[in-house]
Amino acid sequence: MIISVLRSMVILTVLASLGGCGETVLSPIGPIGAAERTILLDSVAIMLAIVVPTIVATLAFAWWFRHGNSRARYRPRWAYSGELELLMWSVPALVILFLGGIAWIGSHDLDPAKPLHPKPLQIEVVSLDWKWLFIYPGQQVASINRMVVPAGVPLHLRVTSASVMNVFFVPRLGSEIYSMSGMATQLNLQADEPGTYPGLSANFSGDGFPYMRFNFEALPAPQFDAWITAARSTGGVLDDAAYRGLLRQSAPLHPYTYRSVQPGLFDRIVTLQLPRGEGPRSGRPSPDIKPIAVH
Amino acid sequence: MNTAALQPQDVPEQVGHSDAGTGVPHGATDSAGPASRRIIVGYGFWLFLLSDIIMFSAFFATYAVLSGATDGGPTAAQLFDTRNVALETACLLASSFACGMASVAVSERNQMWTQLTLLATGVLGAAFLALEIKEFASLVARGAGPTRSAFLTAFFTLVGCHGLHITAGLLWLGTMMAQFLAKGFRENIRHRFLCFSLFWHALDIIWIAIFSLVYLNGARA
Amino acid sequence: MFGKLTWQAIPFDEPIALGAAALIGLVLCAVLVWVIVKGYVPYLWREWITSVDHKRIGVMYCVLAMIMLLRGFIDALMMRSQQALALHAPGYLPPEHYDQIFSAHGTIMIFFVAMPFVIGLMNFAVPLQLGVRDVAFPTLNSVSFWLTAAGSFLVTLSLVVGEFARTGWLAYPPLSELTYSPGVGVDYYLWALEISGIGTLMAGINMATTILKMRAPGLSYTRMPVFCWTSLASNLLIIAAFPILTAVLSMLLLDRYCGFHFFTNDAGGNPMMFVNLIWAWGHPEVYILILPAFGVFSEVISTFSGKPLFGYRSMVAATMVICILSFMVWLHHFFTMGAGGDVNGVFGIMSMVIAVPTGVKVFNWLFTMYGGRIRFTSAMLWSVGFMVTFVIGGMSGVLLAVPPADFALHNSLFLVAHFHNVIIGGVLFGALAGTAYWFPKAFGFTLDERLGKAAFWFWLVGFYVAFMPLYVLGLMGMTRRMQHYDQPEWRPWLLIAAAGVLLILTGIALQVAQLFVSIRTRNQRRDPTGDPWDGRTLEWTTASPPPVFNFAIYPDVTGAEPYSGMKERALESMQPAQEPKYEAIAIPRNTPTGFVTAFFAVVTGFAMIWHIWWLVTIGLIGAYATFVAFAWRDVGETEIPAEEVARIDRATREVRAAALRRTHARQHEQGQSA
Ligand code: HEM
Ligand SMILES: [Cu+2]
Repeated sequence: MIISVLRSMVILTVLASLGGCGETVLSPIGPIGAAERTILLDSVAIMLAIVVPTIVATLAFAWWFRHGNSRARYRPRWAYSGELELLMWSVPALVILFLGGIAWIGSHDLDPAKPLHPKPLQIEVVSLDWKWLFIYPGQQVASINRMVVPAGVPLHLRVTSASVMNVFFVPRLGSEIYSMSGMATQLNLQADEPGTYPGLSANFSGDGFPYMRFNFEALPAPQFDAWITAARSTGGVLDDAAYRGLLRQSAPLHPYTYRSVQPGLFDRIVTLQLPRGEGPRSGRPSPDIKPIAVH
Repeated sequence: MNTAALQPQDVPEQVGHSDAGTGVPHGATDSAGPASRRIIVGYGFWLFLLSDIIMFSAFFATYAVLSGATDGGPTAAQLFDTRNVALETACLLASSFACGMASVAVSERNQMWTQLTLLATGVLGAAFLALEIKEFASLVARGAGPTRSAFLTAFFTLVGCHGLHITAGLLWLGTMMAQFLAKGFRENIRHRFLCFSLFWHALDIIWIAIFSLVYLNGARA
Repeated sequence: MFGKLTWQAIPFDEPIALGAAALIGLVLCAVLVWVIVKGYVPYLWREWITSVDHKRIGVMYCVLAMIMLLRGFIDALMMRSQQALALHAPGYLPPEHYDQIFSAHGTIMIFFVAMPFVIGLMNFAVPLQLGVRDVAFPTLNSVSFWLTAAGSFLVTLSLVVGEFARTGWLAYPPLSELTYSPGVGVDYYLWALEISGIGTLMAGINMATTILKMRAPGLSYTRMPVFCWTSLASNLLIIAAFPILTAVLSMLLLDRYCGFHFFTNDAGGNPMMFVNLIWAWGHPEVYILILPAFGVFSEVISTFSGKPLFGYRSMVAATMVICILSFMVWLHHFFTMGAGGDVNGVFGIMSMVIAVPTGVKVFNWLFTMYGGRIRFTSAMLWSVGFMVTFVIGGMSGVLLAVPPADFALHNSLFLVAHFHNVIIGGVLFGALAGTAYWFPKAFGFTLDERLGKAAFWFWLVGFYVAFMPLYVLGLMGMTRRMQHYDQPEWRPWLLIAAAGVLLILTGIALQVAQLFVSIRTRNQRRDPTGDPWDGRTLEWTTASPPPVFNFAIYPDVTGAEPYSGMKERALESMQPAQEPKYEAIAIPRNTPTGFVTAFFAVVTGFAMIWHIWWLVTIGLIGAYATFVAFAWRDVGETEIPAEEVARIDRATREVRAAALRRTHARQHEQGQSA
């Protein structure tokens, strides 16, 4: 009861402070983000139940027991109370017990590697310096700095890095995941509401890091198919040579697509059969990032 | 000073900490004041050794993680020469024994025996080091240097870190010998020697761990 | 001859960096010239630089922290102004400069502000609270301090010669590997932290030995002030955690200097191992910082509430529980690296469990105030401000410990808001409370309270204005370390945050003014009794500033809060304790060992950074020679004769007796009027 009241309070405050614009992790466009939002708000509500009284009591005690207040009774030796101490340990412990349950269940339910569906759409994600490469192994096309998916379809992402660590993150979709060289992390997501949403890297990866952003586009199924068809007829071929070209540090890159992808490319990146990001050519001054374009 | 009149009900609440002002004399279990210099020095150095062992644990953990990461290069079983390692171990244990003898000589205030046993400690330690360097050199010569693979990186670092400790110990040992000669068995020098011997024995223990976890394990695999 | 060092190392093409460096250099030169002209050099050398007195060293640690706080804060100002400008625009800081700034800010604030501040307070107060004459190893103490100073010197030097790391304050590989960071920035970072880290480790060993083996007669563990307990826990954590930092930074050094493969992308290296190891140090580190601050708050709240601390045993138990648990939660810093549900779940729960003892502490402070007679000095204001702020920061921390919530918030500005919430509201407020509280003990006069309180309010309000928007921005998906961005809805919040930083700036200016005003008017604000706050623990029994030997005779401790007891007994009998029999006291002699060692550490570090190998050799030989020279010393102590001790102590006793009579008279009056 109290919790649900607190919860609605949290939602109201947060929404109010976000100016109602709602472009946040609290306005998710898919089931994963929605579940995370619920956990987030519930946890805050549970904690507020103990935090708010504590803050109020702190201010109240500090005020009432101020030196000048002759109505407050001074008890210069009062320094122990068994009952109070019992409460002090058990109340936080109970709260944590409750939250711990949420955390335990949540980390299993929302484990990024947990499949949403037996046959999801497969997408392979590679972070490069400083751009994102999205490979659609089933469709044999690839895209740079633009991730297009069909709305309402479960996605299975395998994520790796061609150089330093990054984090794949579309805030309104939920769940971040690190991209690391020599391994593939997994992420299962789903976008239900069609639209275009910002995606970015959440882990600093060098001077071009702010350019590691991409548009995440969820399209209705027919439009997605149309996009695939269009992609198949434009752009170059992503083979070893083209991939090597991507390894050079560069930013910003305008989105483009590859009409076909050499099969098994992603696995060869993960198993380090292909070279890694080159890094800067020299120490100082900084590598070549073009001045940023004003949109 | 705020000494408002005590309320009777306040008194029983003072459990544990708040026996202020009651003036209860302290019993035998209480602190009797600062410990002696010898204890303080030994204790502090012991804490240092603890931290050193934690540092080694980090290297051991790293080795454990990377021991399989040979990157197609040579493996532990192909590389380790247990005979050389056995010889190294013998040198180090003997050196530790000599260091123990030196402790006796120091407590007897016997300059000649102190110098002789310390010299033995040092020579045996140097022999250990020479064997280790020989091993490292032969590995590098066979193309199995530390830059070959993560496994070899971790191996060279762990073992080399111990070797570096031995080197520092030898430097310290030489300084101690000179100090005993020049200054005699002054109290603070004896305290330092106490620390040195703790250090030397601790390096033995770490070596035993390296010997069994790295070499024996590796040769077996 | 000079390795990689050429004229190109001076950042002529970065006018802002060079300008800042020139300004700092100018200020330093001005101070130096002033010191020389005024003829203060011999005094500084004799009384401070070569001092092995724990009080002096403690003060120097705090001064270092305050100076570096200014530097770190200027970095913060630059970041905030850059982000205020950089919507669809490059702002005024190019990426290679901006990236250095946040890396330097984090590194400096943690290693050269927060650490020296808490170590300084412990150094100053712990031996006094324990009723002893010094720490266990006074010379080592000086070495520790100067090594920390050497580290901060190297970081500052990177502003002028070369560059600083552009990797963030924890320098995750592979970004920090030679391939992706070929410049000297990461080397500056690594050597500065290796050198100061060794200093910190020595300081930890020293302080732990002091607390465990040197206490006044009768001061059993259960009578130790809580600040000593939290210091003990903090220093045990230093002993257990800092070796891991030394090891992991050494590994990165080997990768960079010798082509090893600990964390490289190729040859089987494993960058995730770095992340694990660095956080195995990093999480305990946050408790190393916060525990002493908890101790300060315990002392301050109890003193100014005029009561013993509520629930002393709970407090001690909570401290030790936190100390142990802090080693079992490191994985919460990378829930999003793909560990499974079991691992994430366990570490999430463990992290939350730490909140229980922490919560207990907050309740203990709360009930210490209950039934008190609270005097709102600035130290007390910092403490109440802390309680409110820290509870909020703790809440956002527990939220981040819920793995699914972290999946959405990791590395966002929500995280940045969280850790500033606990680190400013906790560690920094604690250090500032401690400064206000112990300043009169260190210098014999109090700080100006009006300016102090004004500074508090600006800091408090400034903090909320500067950091609450970051929670919102985190929820809006803004990640940390962004040199520019193109989402206009972030802009208003960043502007508010920038305004908050200006409020904090005002607070800092007021603090500087407070220091100046207080020093100028020191003669009116002298405190001859050595007990300006009606203190309860042993540090207040001695004069302010305390004599070199702290206590003429070891205090005889017969209970907890010994000084309250002594004062009560003295009041009852209207009689100060009997004059003791004075004896000569041996105190350790001053030595330049620490300073010289640090000098050679700087030489070695600098030479390593620039690959000047002959200079490395000189540095190492110099450091070794310094140790030998110290070991060769014949006379380590000087003796203060009994008459001198008696003269010093009698003067204090007289003032005390007069104060006692005054108090008695006042109470008598109150008694009659009541
Ligand atoms: C005095 C007011 C302070 C302000 C205005 C401030 C502001 C900032 C800002 C703007 C950032 C960068 C956030 C980003 O990545 O986008 C930052 C990062 C950081 N701050 Fe502070 N800060 C302050 C005090 C402190 C203190 C006292 C500490 C620690 C004792 C601290 C530790 C850090 C750390 C560790 C980072 C992360 C650096 C990194 O990303 O590598 N800050 N701060
Ligand atoms: Cu942590």
